[in-house]
Order: sequence, then structure tokens, then C-alpha cells
Amino acid sequence: FRFPSPIGHISTCPSLIGQCCKTHPGSFQEELVIRPLHSGDIYASFQFRTLWDTDFLQEGQKVSHYRLFPKSLGQVLSKFSVRELHISFTQGFWRTMQWGQPFIPSPPGAELWVWFHDTVSDVDGNWKELTNVLSGIFCASLNFIDLTNTVQPSASFKPLGLGNATDHRFLRYATLPREIVCTENLTPWKKLLPCGSKAGLAVLMKSEKLFHSSFHSQAVHIRPICQQCSSKAWELRQTLNVVFDLHTSGQGKKEWSLFKMFSRTLTEACPLASSSKVYVDITDNPEGELFELSPATPLLGQAVVLGDRRTYSVYDLSRAETFGQLRSFNLLLRWKGDSGDMLRPLLHAERYVAGFGLQTGEIHTVIYNNHPYRAFPVLLMDSVPWYLQLYIHTLTVTSKSRDNKPSYIHYQPAKDRHRPHLLEMLIQLPPHSMTEVTVQFERALLKWTEYTPDPNHGFYVGSSVVSALVPSMVAMRTNFTQDQPLFSSFVPVKEESSYFVRVYTEPLLVNLPTPDFSMPYNVICLTCTVVAVGYGSFYNLLTRTFQVDEPSPPLSKRLANLIRRMRGVPLLT
Amino acid sequence: MGLLSDPNRRKALTGLLTRLNTPICIVCYLAGIVWFMGLAFEPFTLRTYMSENAMGSTMVEERFSSGERALSLAKEFDAHKRKAGGMPVEWLVKAMQSRGLEVFTQSFSRKLPFPDENKERYMVRGTNVYGILRAPRAPRTEALVITAPCSPGNTNNQAVALLLALAQYFRNQIYWAKDIIFLVNEHDLIGTQAWLEGYHHTNITEYISGSLRGRAGSIQAALSLELSSDVITSLDLVLEGLNGQLPNLDLANLFYAFCQKLGVLCTIQGKLQRNDWDTAEGYTHAAQTMMLMVLKQACGRSWGDHGLFLRYHIEAASVRGINSFRHYKTDATTIGRLLEGMVRKLNNLLERLHQSYFFYLLPSLSRFVSIGYYMPAFGLLAVILLLRALDLWVHLGAPALAAVDGVTEAEQPSSPGVLTVLTPVVISHLTGVALYLLPVHLQEMAVEHFPVSETEAVVLTAIAIYTAGLALPHNTQRLLSGEGTEQGWKVLKLTALLYLAVLLGCTALINFSLGFILAVTLVPITASITPALYAVVMVLLSPAFTILYCVFIYQELIEAPVSVSEGWMLFLSVISQGILDHALYGSLVYPLLALFIYPCWLMFWNILFWN
Repeated sequence: FRFPSPIGHISTCPSLIGQCCKTHPGSFQEELVIRPLHSGDIYASFQFRTLWDTDFLQEGQKVSHYRLFPKSLGQVLSKFSVRELHISFTQGFWRTMQWGQPFIPSPPGAELWVWFHDTVSDVDGNWKELTNVLSGIFCASLNFIDLTNTVQPSASFKPLGLGNATDHRFLRYATLPREIVCTENLTPWKKLLPCGSKAGLAVLMKSEKLFHSSFHSQAVHIRPICQQCSSKAWELRQTLNVVFDLHTSGQGKKEWSLFKMFSRTLTEACPLASSSKVYVDITDNPEGELFELSPATPLLGQAVVLGDRRTYSVYDLSRAETFGQLRSFNLLLRWKGDSGDMLRPLLHAERYVAGFGLQTGEIHTVIYNNHPYRAFPVLLMDSVPWYLQLYIHTLTVTSKSRDNKPSYIHYQPAKDRHRPHLLEMLIQLPPHSMTEVTVQFERALLKWTEYTPDPNHGFYVGSSVVSALVPSMVAMRTNFTQDQPLFSSFVPVKEESSYFVRVYTEPLLVNLPTPDFSMPYNVICLTCTVVAVGYGSFYNLLTRTFQVDEPSPPLSKRLANLIRRMRGVPLLT
Repeated sequence: MGLLSDPNRRKALTGLLTRLNTPICIVCYLAGIVWFMGLAFEPFTLRTYMSENAMGSTMVEERFSSGERALSLAKEFDAHKRKAGGMPVEWLVKAMQSRGLEVFTQSFSRKLPFPDENKERYMVRGTNVYGILRAPRAPRTEALVITAPCSPGNTNNQAVALLLALAQYFRNQIYWAKDIIFLVNEHDLIGTQAWLEGYHHTNITEYISGSLRGRAGSIQAALSLELSSDVITSLDLVLEGLNGQLPNLDLANLFYAFCQKLGVLCTIQGKLQRNDWDTAEGYTHAAQTMMLMVLKQACGRSWGDHGLFLRYHIEAASVRGINSFRHYKTDATTIGRLLEGMVRKLNNLLERLHQSYFFYLLPSLSRFVSIGYYMPAFGLLAVILLLRALDLWVHLGAPALAAVDGVTEAEQPSSPGVLTVLTPVVISHLTGVALYLLPVHLQEMAVEHFPVSETEAVVLTAIAIYTAGLALPHNTQRLLSGEGTEQGWKVLKLTALLYLAVLLGCTALINFSLGFILAVTLVPITASITPALYAVVMVLLSPAFTILYCVFIYQELIEAPVSVSEGWMLFLSVISQGILDHALYGSLVYPLLALFIYPCWLMFWNILFWN
């Protein structure tokens, strides 16, 4: 994070943090990034970071004193020996074509991936208990995560924190595409913050506004990081991303303010926070020709985010002058320009089901590389439930109508009722191309107790994940320092020339052959009757031969014959 | 079953069935017809009711108010359409974009197998424009479709404009749970077909179409809007789709409920509902409405843009605005509100429409006949074929049985049976294949040698092959075995009867109307056929004449009676449309008639010339 020379005074910050971290075992930072989007919508991203210089995974070290770090999570981490935990709840789909890349992507529904410590012997057992505990903490249906929707990706999900564990036996990944996210998930999430929703940026999080939006995503990321590489520290990042719609929230007027978005203004920073800032992305607006920002700020910041150098107006909430005379900070953003066309993000992916009828189908995943001259590889990960029986021999990968052979394929076939399909591929995307991955499947006929209560709604298939190192337009910063804004420092950067992007496709809704549950009684009765009566007797009739049977003689005749036989005279007929 | 396993009683039963065969058959036939006609009688039908909970009990308030704006938009659209000389693609794209939709286009082209003279098209090239309203906080898994065709001339301008006005209004609402796709398709059904094939990435009818970029998951329901005037007097609901498929009855119920709520006159088959069911006129009216539905369903074509959606398991219906000379008028705002209400209720759906009936007939919008009530009418006709077959079986078996205790030579007449039966079967089916393949493939040759257009060439070739089929096969068994025996034609008739029973049974399961109409004409003649029957009667009840009668009856029912020559011209165009529907949309009626029903009828025809 570099500051232009006239405003260098801000750079005293890192030393400040350094001091605070030595005196207290932990620190807390909060920030809000507002990015006016091309389409006239507005993107607001909250990030809260709690750092804690302790290691509760160490043998024999029992930590019971919690200050900033939420105790509920800390206990879970130590009990289940979690090395890294990432959980996100998302309502809506991130529209890459209109909004560009988000700071931290997440798929619709719930996503959970956890790296366990390599001392854990029963990973599946820990995983099961952990999901149940998290389900309680976040009021979500994470308890529906079981072995039928859990996979162990071999390459797509590497740990983001300290240590380079590569043994994917300790990794568990699951998504619940059907999960609905609402206020009951937001409240426990807010409770994890040191200030709750009482002070600081979190006062803006009024649920009736946050859920009156086009996109809502909240996440928790916990990982060990290297605190100036002398000691290990735990980092808890809570992020909340929300996109407000121009037409439904903004009434079609391109005027945004904190009050209009959140029906609140800011009055103070969280007293526990070491830094509390609001950033507004003004990269496309250097001269103020696109939109007008008030109050204006003398502070400008630059950061390299997602392969691009962006300029921000910075509002520091820890300084009294930010709030002005009225003791309240209400950012106002007034558009002047026209909303533009669709974007062409460098990497983009979409997915759909082709075909009709209830027997077979084909999953198409289309990945776009919009870079004009650079080819780059992407990792595609697909986790498909067992009831779609993939025909892996029909897998085709084509780019520019030519066969594109993946250089790495990891495929784990499904086991009916036990394990989903996992397909991971490393595909080289030619420059300026569209790559289509297709695979055919057959829809399984479920047992009648396996149908959901609403079987005619269809069954969900989670998003596929495209992870890639995309060539960067500008040099990325590889050294991980304290003074970077939080949104630009989440994913560690290994090399300068490229940056890491993860793109999620839309989940699929697939109809399976469904019996008519509305009249099971009739169906059962009719079938049984037809089978029993009809089939049985017809089979009888067709396989037997019939002969006219002589009626047995009456009793008197038989007696007479008995006597006649004894007498030796011919019998009566 | 004990009845059948006891040989004596079995003998008595078969005796009874053979002795009383003709009376029973006649009674069955009459009962079938009476049953069918009784279906339109109101006390025998059920009142429609909303089965789907998600649509029934929820309240929806209609607030759409920009009907006037829609009408001025219609004028603008008309001007741009004239200027572009077709679909004003750029204007539409801009109009949709400015309303906040994600807009995509799809271009397609299709060369028809032969020129369509009704619509005057041969090489079709067009563009579909569609805009997707992304529902807030929805993961792009479900969608609804509203389509309006961009038709040539002055028609349907109001439909496109209303579509745009609705898009603008819908865009500002927060309550959408499903994405809504607004589709303006060019070249009516061809455009819809191209779009559906593009959306589902299938290619069943050889369209050349560009791939689609924007999708919105699985489509749950679709509404097609056709509107050509600023005010309308009534709205007509069209349900009949490709191959006689019908959307779920709840969709019709939904339309009816909103018409009632908003006070819009609604019709089905263009006929208003009457309340006087106990009078003769009232009954006739209901019977006419139902007969129209049966005829439309039987012809297996899509009667609106909605019909092609049904193949993809998307419940769809067309709403058609009708402006007649009635006093009662409805403005565009009310139609907009009606659509808003319907779309909002569909948006509330948690599952696909599945609660109500998929197989039904409608004598009026508020009354329906379910499959359980109409199937017996067909069953009564089909059982005649089985009874006749049983009768023949018994007769064929009887002399053989008698021969068991006598001399074994009596069995000899039945031994060449297989070949005598097989030859007519094969020849009939080859004629059927010729009827299916040749008309389209021979058109160029026909055009070269005769002074006719391509369309006429195709239709006349079809009729020629049909007629040639009558002359072809009827002497084969004499070549094989010299003289035709009584045994021979009976075996052939038995085979043909069973074949026809299976054919009609399968057809009726998929498309009741088609099965029933075929049964009404084919059953009496096939049941009573002997070599002594007049050929004229046989020809008059052949499949082609059935189509001809249907044309006349249909014209009579829609109150546009035609003269014989007009009827003949209509008949010719029906044949060409049938062949086109098969090639363009995959309608199965033409192959069914050509490859199965006609050969089966030829087998009976063969019997006439047995001796």
C-alpha cells in the first residue's frame, strides 16, 4: 500500500499496530470498501480482522483467557484441531460480467472448507462433529453436510495461511447450494465482532437493508499467519459483501449515501479497533467526471487489487475531523455519467444443463479467457452428487473448436449413497477463447424415502470452482506487510506477474424422475392389484393345460362297485 | 378368473361372446360415442379448482399502471419495425438495456424442406432478442419466460410493447425469486424453436442457430402474449401444444382466476362460457368447445408459441387478445395487471407445476374432464377390436379343434398362413415408408416434370402415393398360393385387428384426441370388414378422408363454414402443414399416420381383394 507523498503521515500506522500487538495479545481492524459499479449498482465490502498472537493448537497449552477473539470459535478450533477454517453464507450470485471480480468470492448457498491439523487421526469424525457445532454457532443447516456431499480436492483448495500442508487427506470441502441466508445467520455472525453491532462500522449492518439487495455474502476465515515471522498468530477475518441494486434499492436514481444504503450513518469507530477506515474506489473517476463524492477527503490511497492498481479515497474513522460538525459521517456519492456496457473480466465461467427429458442430460461448463494475448492454466473442480451418474468417458474439453487435453485430471467416482463425484482438471486456456467442458450424466431413480419433501423442485448441484493464477496488468506485491488495507491482503501473493482468482459458476437445479407422491395410496393399491390378480391368473391360464375331468362317481355307485369287485363281476361305469 | 380356468364355463363364455359378438360390438360403439358426447354435459364434469398451494392461497396485489405508456411504446416499436423492415434488433436491445435487463441476442437460420405457402417463407433468417431480469439474491437456478412474437405487418406490436412495459415495472420490484426472461422472437414458432434449442443446447430439428450466452437455469413456466390492438374485448387462452401435449391444468386455472378477479372476459377456443347448461343450446355450446379442443389437440401442432415449450417440461400457455365488436372493452393496463398477477403467482411457486392434471379436456374454462372420465369412451371403442379378434380366433381355432379327433389333413389350410400374412404386412409398410419419405425428397423431380410449385408437388406426391397404395398390394397372396382362402384373410384380419388395437391404444395414451378420432372412423370399418364389403365404404373411412372430415367439422365449429372446393384447398394445406410441422418442430402426427396407421389400414384394404 503506497501513499502519494503529500499524505505520508498515515504511514505511521504500522508502527502503531506493532506496538499495540506487543502490549496486548491481539488487535482488531475494521474497514469498509465502497466500489461504485459500472452498472450503476454499488458494492459495499466490510472486513474485520482480529489477530491473536497465541497458538492454541500447541500440545499441553490450554488457553482460557479470550479478549478480542471470540471464545466460541476459539474453543471449536482447539477441540477439533482445526488448522484453517473458511465458511461463507451467500444469498445471490455474483455477476462477474456486470460487477467485475469480488474481493473474496463465494458460491451461492453455504460453503465450508477446513484443513485439519495433521495430528488428527479421525478426520471424518472431527469433520462431522465440527459441522454440527458450526451449524449451532451460525444457525445454519450445516448439519446437512455429510459424506455424500463432502469431497477432498487435491489441488483446488490450498491452505491460505502459514504452513504448506499438501496432504489433502486433512482437507474437507462441502457446499450446500440450497442454503438460504437470512437474518438468523447474520445475528450470530455479528456477535463474533468485538464491538458487536453497537459501535464502529458494524452499526451499518441493519438486516432489513442488507437483505434488500442484489447480493449478500458473509464469511468467516480463520487461519494461522506469520506475525512478522517470529511467532505464529491466529487471524480471524469476517467479511460481509453486499451489492445494492440501482433499480430496486436506489429507485433508479444514481445517488448513493451511507444512509440510503444502510439507513444509518457512522458516528464513531469501534473503540477496540486499532484502525477503522472507509475506502471509496475512485480509480475510474480521477477528475470527478463520473461521480461526485462528498464529503471530500484529502487522503488518497493506492492498492494493487486483483491485478489492477486502484486508487481510493480514504476516510479514517479514528480521527475526529472525519465526522465533521454534525458528529456523523454520511458519505454521499452522486453519479454523473451513464452506466456502461457489460464488462469483460479476464476470467469468467458459467454452467448449465443441456438436453431435455428425465433420463439423461449433459453438464456444460464454459470458461472464458478474455485476455487478449496470454494463455493461462485454470483448475476446474466439480463436485457432483451421486444421483447424477456421470459418464466420464463422455468428458470433452474443447477450446476454439479444437480438443484441449487437460494436463492433469483427478477423478474420484461416486459411490451410490456414500460419496459424490469429484472431478478436478488443469486446463490451459488459450488467449481470447471460450473453453467448453461437457460431460453426460444419467439421472438416478431414487428410493422413495430419499426424495426431498419437495421433489418436483429439483435437486441442486453445487457450483463448480475455477481457480486460476491470472496474468496481472501491474506488478503484484509479494511481501505481506501490515500496512496493506485488508481487502488487498487476503490471498498471499507468490509472484509478481500474476494474481489468484477464484470464480464460482452458478449452481444447477436438476429434475430427477419423480413418482407422483400425491396419491401413493392409489398407486400402491392399483399396482398391487394388477400384479397380483392380473398377472398371477393370466400366467396360470397361459402355462396350464386344461383337461375335462371325469366327475367322481356318487357314493352309492362306488359302494356298488366295491361289492361288484369282491364278487368278481364287471364294474359299473 | 375361475371363470376362465374352468373349461366348460370358458366354452360357455366364448360361445356367448361369439354368438352375441355383433350386437355387443354395436352396443360398445354406440356407448363409446354417447359417453364421449356426454363428457360435455355439465353435471358430468368437474369444476376446476386450484390444486397448487403456493398459487392458491397467497395474495397478490396488482399495481401495474403503465398501460398507456405501453401503447405509445407500441407506436414507437411499429415505426422502428417499419424502418428496419423486420425485427428492429438494435432498438429492442437498447430498449431492454435501458430498462435494466441483461440483454442477449441469438441469430438463427433454417431452410424449410419446401416453401411454406401459408406464411410465404422458405429461407428463414432471423434474430431473437431476449433480456433477463436477474432476481435479487437468487442463484440463477430458476426462471420464468414471457414471450411475444415480433410478427410481420401490424400485428403483435402491442404485445411487444406491453412486454417492455412489464419489464420496466418488474425491474423495480424486490420480490422476484426467479429470474424472468423477456423474449421477443422473430418468425413466430421457428424463432421459439431456435431459442429453445439454443437454451437447452439440443439440435433435434437441424436449425442453424447461434449459441446462447445468457442463461438463467431451469425454466419453470412460460407465458406467450399475442396482442394486436390497443383495447381488447376478450382474452383467449390457448393450451394445445406440440403432439397434443397440454400444460398443467393449474396454469389454465390461474388464468381463469385472474380473469375473474379483474373482470376480463375470457374465452377458450374463442368461445365464451354459458351458464344455461340445462338447455339444448347450452349443451351444444359446451360440446362444440370440447370438440374444438379435441380437433386441435388431435392435429398435434403447436397452436401458439407456448406449444414448443412443453417438450422441455416447461408449463406454458398462450394468451391471445381478441378485439371483436362486443361492447365490453379491456385496456392495456388491465391486461398488464393480469400478466403481473400471473407471473407473481408463478414466481411464488416452490416446485414445478405438478399438482393438477396434465391430461384433460375443457368444455369451458371453469369445467374440466379428467383422464379418468374420458378414457372409457376410447376404451369402449378399442374393446370392439379385441372382441372381433377373439371372435376370429375362436372361429379359426374351431375347425382345427374338430380335426384333432378326425383326419389331420384339416390343418393344412392354415400352414401357408405366415407367408400370406407377412407379404401384405411388408408391402403395406413399404408403402408407408414411401409415403413418409418420397414427398419431400421427390419434390425437385416433380417440379421439373409437372407445372406445379414445390409445395403443391409435395402434397400431390403424398396424395399420389396414398392412392397408389390402394392399387398396389391386393393380389399378392394369389401369386403365392393361387387362390385366396377364407382362412387366409381371417388370419390377416386377426393380425391387423390386434395391430390396430395396439396402435390406437398407444396413441390414445399420449394424445387421446388423435386416438379417439382415428378409432371413431377406423373401428367400424375394420371390425366389419369381409371380402364382400364395398370398396367405396372402405375408402370413405380411410385416414385421409378422416382428415378431410375433420377439416370440414373444424370449419363448421369455428363458424366459418367452407364450400367443397375451399375445403379441398384447406385439406391440401393441412397436409403440407403437417409435413412441415414434422420437419420444423418434430411433430409426430405425420410419421404416425404415414408409417403406422396408413399401412395398418392397407392391411384391411387387402382383405377386400382377397378372392
